[in-house]
Amino acid sequence: MRNAFIAELLAAAHDNANIALVVGDLGYNVVEPFAESFPDRFFNAGVAEQNMMGLAAGLASEGMHVFVYSIANFPIFRCAEQLRNDVDYHKLPVTVVSVGGGLAYGNLGYSHHAVQDYALMRVLPNMVIAAPGDPNEVRGCMRYLLSNPGPSYLRLGKAGELLIHDYVPELEPGRWIPVHQPTDSTDQILLTTGGVLELANHWIKSEQAAGYSLYSLPIWGIRDKSIQVEQVAKWKNVTTVEDHLIDGGFGSWFLEALSTQPELLVRMKLRGLDPLVCGLVGQQDHLNVLGGLDRDNF
Amino acid sequence: MTDTNRLARDIRRQSLKMVHRARASHIGSALSISDILAVLYGGVMRFDASQPMMGERDRFILSKGHACVAVYAALAEVGFLNEDDLVTFGKNESWLMNHISHKVNGVEFSTGALGHGLPFAVGKALYAKRLGLAWRTYVILGDGEMDEGANWEALMFASHHKLSNLYAIIDYNKLQSLTSVSKTLALEPLADKLVAFGCLVSEVDGHDHVELDKVLASRGGSRPRAIIAHTVKGKGVSFMENKVEWHYRNPNSEQLAVALKELED
Repeated sequence: MRNAFIAELLAAAHDNANIALVVGDLGYNVVEPFAESFPDRFFNAGVAEQNMMGLAAGLASEGMHVFVYSIANFPIFRCAEQLRNDVDYHKLPVTVVSVGGGLAYGNLGYSHHAVQDYALMRVLPNMVIAAPGDPNEVRGCMRYLLSNPGPSYLRLGKAGELLIHDYVPELEPGRWIPVHQPTDSTDQILLTTGGVLELANHWIKSEQAAGYSLYSLPIWGIRDKSIQVEQVAKWKNVTTVEDHLIDGGFGSWFLEALSTQPELLVRMKLRGLDPLVCGLVGQQDHLNVLGGLDRDNF
Repeated sequence: MTDTNRLARDIRRQSLKMVHRARASHIGSALSISDILAVLYGGVMRFDASQPMMGERDRFILSKGHACVAVYAALAEVGFLNEDDLVTFGKNESWLMNHISHKVNGVEFSTGALGHGLPFAVGKALYAKRLGLAWRTYVILGDGEMDEGANWEALMFASHHKLSNLYAIIDYNKLQSLTSVSKTLALEPLADKLVAFGCLVSEVDGHDHVELDKVLASRGGSRPRAIIAHTVKGKGVSFMENKVEWHYRNPNSEQLAVALKELED
């Protein structure tokens, strides 16, 4: 995913002199092409996330679209107030790019587990969350974010993710995109955001999920709740899947969106991580199983 | 040529009236920075109130956002706002919030949480320097605000990138929210710390317009400028000077009358 990200960013930066990249002393083997091509638009803020986000807002206030690259929780929780006050409140074009979404850095410990990031970002009123599920969704997200500069959060996995889509989908906030629609559809779907698209794509090939459709919702936020009602209404059951705690996450966002529609609420089922996974260390797949996302058992 | 002493006096008088009407706090902080604002808006800074977003304008950021009445008053004095705007200060749904708001004409950035203004200003100064633009970025910070780690992160960055177009003015009135700075979290040796962080440091009397003008108008060099402005909290109103309680209290009608009398010609 991060390679698709940097490729899209490089291509855009060639055409747009207002695109800048700020890093928090991270991005080895990822950001170098940008730094080499555009040295006057690449800034390493050092290990100082509050200043990093504040200065990104300052650059953005002068008309730059600033991408701030770091990993896991560092560019969001450490500088949450800068995001809330400086970026989101002022509606500035800062895109926070975080690699290691979910438990991608499972072995590195709880500090590196991004399993509460949606909870923080989705309560900011101007923030757009972009959580792509494969490298083509990364490209689709980047094209949307570059065309619509504003406060935004791009949640990436690491590298080497499988391609699920064979094309770059055109994305818009709040709109689900089809990934798999079986001929024997049972009006039940899995709906994912973020890196669990691959897991859900694996699940729907199992007998337990026969007849399920698979959709992805990569771009969403506080402003996109109202259009969820009509999309849920088309289905008998909607199971959301996310590698984030259920608390404050993607599925919970749906429950809020549908809170005035009790007949739709009962169609929702939420799959995500149990908080018991907090504090455990291990490979991503291993931790996902412990958290309730078992690859071999839908 | 603007009479900055008159401007400072008018900022103080207007600030007192505003906090009285709105029953707002922080008049001591506003009086503390009135002279700095008068020198900035009365001559040092380049701006055009008829074109608030003019590209060549100098940028001003009030990082100690609670002292906003003084800035609103200054903006009114130089033409960004009018008296009718000021009357709405602190009222329901007014743009003129009790911490400085970017929704007000002439204000670059909202603050209120401390430690945000300097990093933001660093971004602006970095932008200008990168493109070789002549405008400068001025920030006023509180002394208590220097407790915030983000400011020291920002100074490291500004120094590393040689942002000589950045002016960090520290309103050193020696009082913070509950008691003195020295009893809260000692800042001294402040000048040495700023020098060690790579700043070009000046210490001035924050109520002396000649000293302020000299240091705020100077250009050149390769280091960000840190100006330690020694000030008096509540300056200009005898019963407010150096009193912690005027961080919170607002003057009643009698106190307002006495204060305004002290600030007459």
